[in-house]
Amino acid sequence: MMRSHEAFVRHQMLPQVPPPASQAGLVKWLRENLFSSLSNTVLTVLSLLALWWVVMAAWPWLSNGIWTTTSLKECREVLQGEVGACFSVLAERWNQLLFGFKYPSELYGRPTAAFLLLFIAGAPVLFYKSFPRYLLLVTAAYPFIAYWFIWGGTILIPVVAALGLIGAMLVFRRLSNSSFATGFFGAVAAAAVIWWIGGKISGSAPGFMALQEVASRDMGGFMLNMLLGVVCVSLSLPIGILLALGRQSDMLIIKWICVVFIEFIRGVPLITLLFVANVVLAYFLPPGTSFDLILRVIIMITMFASAYIAEVIRGGLAALPTGQYEAANSLGLDYAQSMQLIILPQALKISIPGIVNVAVGLFKDTTLVSVISMFDLVGMIRGPILGSTSWNGVYWELFGFAALLFFVVCYGISQYSQWLERQLRTDHR
Amino acid sequence: MTSLTDPPAGSFRLSMLLNDTRYRSYTFQFIALICIISLFSYLGVNLVQNLAQAGLNISFDFLGNQSGYDINQRPIEYDSQSPHLRAAMVGILNTLIVSFLACLTATVIGVFAGVARLSPNWLLRKLMAVYVEAFRNVPVLIWILIIFSVMTAVLPAPNAFRGAEPSASMLWDAFAFTNRGIYAPKPLWGDGSNVVVIGFLLSIAGAIYYRRYATKLLYATGRLLPMGWPTLAILVLPSLILYYLMGRPITLEYPELKGFNFTGGVNMLGSLIALWFALAIYTGAFIAENVRAGIQAISKGQSEAAASLGLRPKRIMNLVILPQALRVIIPPLISQYLNITKNSSLAIAVGYMDITGTLGGITLNQTGRAIECVLLLMLFYLTISLSISAVMNMYNNAVKLKER
Repeated sequence: MMRSHEAFVRHQMLPQVPPPASQAGLVKWLRENLFSSLSNTVLTVLSLLALWWVVMAAWPWLSNGIWTTTSLKECREVLQGEVGACFSVLAERWNQLLFGFKYPSELYGRPTAAFLLLFIAGAPVLFYKSFPRYLLLVTAAYPFIAYWFIWGGTILIPVVAALGLIGAMLVFRRLSNSSFATGFFGAVAAAAVIWWIGGKISGSAPGFMALQEVASRDMGGFMLNMLLGVVCVSLSLPIGILLALGRQSDMLIIKWICVVFIEFIRGVPLITLLFVANVVLAYFLPPGTSFDLILRVIIMITMFASAYIAEVIRGGLAALPTGQYEAANSLGLDYAQSMQLIILPQALKISIPGIVNVAVGLFKDTTLVSVISMFDLVGMIRGPILGSTSWNGVYWELFGFAALLFFVVCYGISQYSQWLERQLRTDHR
Repeated sequence: MTSLTDPPAGSFRLSMLLNDTRYRSYTFQFIALICIISLFSYLGVNLVQNLAQAGLNISFDFLGNQSGYDINQRPIEYDSQSPHLRAAMVGILNTLIVSFLACLTATVIGVFAGVARLSPNWLLRKLMAVYVEAFRNVPVLIWILIIFSVMTAVLPAPNAFRGAEPSASMLWDAFAFTNRGIYAPKPLWGDGSNVVVIGFLLSIAGAIYYRRYATKLLYATGRLLPMGWPTLAILVLPSLILYYLMGRPITLEYPELKGFNFTGGVNMLGSLIALWFALAIYTGAFIAENVRAGIQAISKGQSEAAASLGLRPKRIMNLVILPQALRVIIPPLISQYLNITKNSSLAIAVGYMDITGTLGGITLNQTGRAIECVLLLMLFYLTISLSISAVMNMYNNAVKLKER
């Protein structure tokens, strides 16, 4: 039916009208995010109150902070009863906090250089897309350079250690074409021979290109935390992979060895393992050997971390569909090849967040060595610094500083891992 | 790996032990076994030699000897005349006490923070993110030491509460925060109090039964009984009535200042508080992340489907999201409890006498029985961990999605 009469027909579009003031810009954002309902408003007000309380407590303390005195007493004199932090302890004991109190002060440049080199060596691995592959050689050489810088002594020791590994790798490459097992045992034999001969040579020339030697027991401060963290994480990663593969293996004896090891280590706290390193391990070594405490601690923390990493990687291995294993087998790859080329790259990719969690947790746990009277950052604060007459009672500044250092490192690592996860995500979105 | 063809008969050569996949695994296992056995025998021989040299032996007789040291928190009867075994028992109980308190508090904090991280309120979300990141990324030992310093160095001494114009005062006349710990009122169980307690336990059972009945009725007939108020009434009213009927048998003993210290009430040591709260806040941050991940793991379609069925937001949470999210949340939650128990061994840093402080600390140092003490210590923690993982496996099997 046609309409015979049209009262009104609009012929042009209405001009666009800006949204109402309450539906745009800041006001809208505030309404939606902070005051959307009564309960939300209450929460906002409570949060603001809490924030205000924290800021009001912390701000005068921070802004009145004093950096230049030489003892807590002087700080109190300068402050004259006002609230204020005594940051001078950080300024005065800076080197002790970072390097411990026994590391020779004229050699501070060496660990610092090793620390800076860590970034150069780490970059090709961490940001592997933006750096050429040959820079990985720097990474491979880093442990030996860092050892030489931090501990000193003749350069022959790290060089021999590196040569042994290179020799083992070459032998493995040659022999593993025929069989993995011959390659493996050949490599072990080659490394042993090179280290034996090299040990003789470096023992006979202790002064060759030698830096001043520093004993392990002189390490301390945040340097010790970094040292333990970096060494133990990098050592525990390959061991953890082997343990995870062993736990998945069909060979019953190897499987049960791995299961017992992993479950035992995961069942006890790190402190008891550190007790083992401190007081028990000596009983199990040949009579008369004096083993460095730091080395014993590294062994124990590495065992601890590798059990946890093994569980993370086992999760990654279990998450792979069986088709991947079957596809690798049907291509005719043997066990080593299929693991190297097909399974591990995918499993490790899945396990990255877990591995990073373990690494961060381990780095935090390095503070536990202060319990067995090693002077890491926390040990330095609790022992020599808080125990001294001039700084007895400066709790907040010192512990706050320690917390800040750990926060920066751990937060940085976890942010990196999230970035890496995004980089590695190959699924279609 | 299995091979596809049968071996030709009588063709076994020695090299097949290394090259044939059928025999290679036996070779490897044999070598591994030899390595392990030789490693352990090497360690054992060294141990025997070392012990002989030091004139020691392995024996647990020392556990019966008089301990000779005092413990500042004694859940069971103990003094310095008691044997080391008794000290270890006190330590075990102290470990369990602090772990239990910390687990409870960490769960409350963690669930609150995890839910708050998903709140529509921007400010609360950000504050909780700051809390989680700040506490996850700093070693728990540092938090323990910070709270312990607050407890011992910042809080006033008991004598600050004295005098006509004291510089410190008690909270509600019931709680005193001093550098010797927190003093709180202690319940005194008088005659007839067990009737009240039994009544309370019965009313808990009654409340559970009522809720079961209401749910059954709902599923059977669709009739919805009120849940919240009746539950509260069943829980509170009978106990309250019994309490007054029995002549108010349960009273509170308030801490009082006598001489230089408080007497009466419960004294919670600074080290206990430090350990408890540091572990709770630290682990709470991890639990918050687990809770958030668990809730986010439930796909949005689930809540949309529930909403399209006409459920209200609270019921969507209770009936659809939470049952599914709990399946994701509880396993990591239990392993966080395990972590708390293991981390409670850090008590030794603040002098709280848990099992690490008694057996692994003073007993070890006094008797010099390092191997035995550390062995027992590990055994204790291992027992706890294995039983917790057994519980977790049972739970996982119970809630596993039944796939057909």
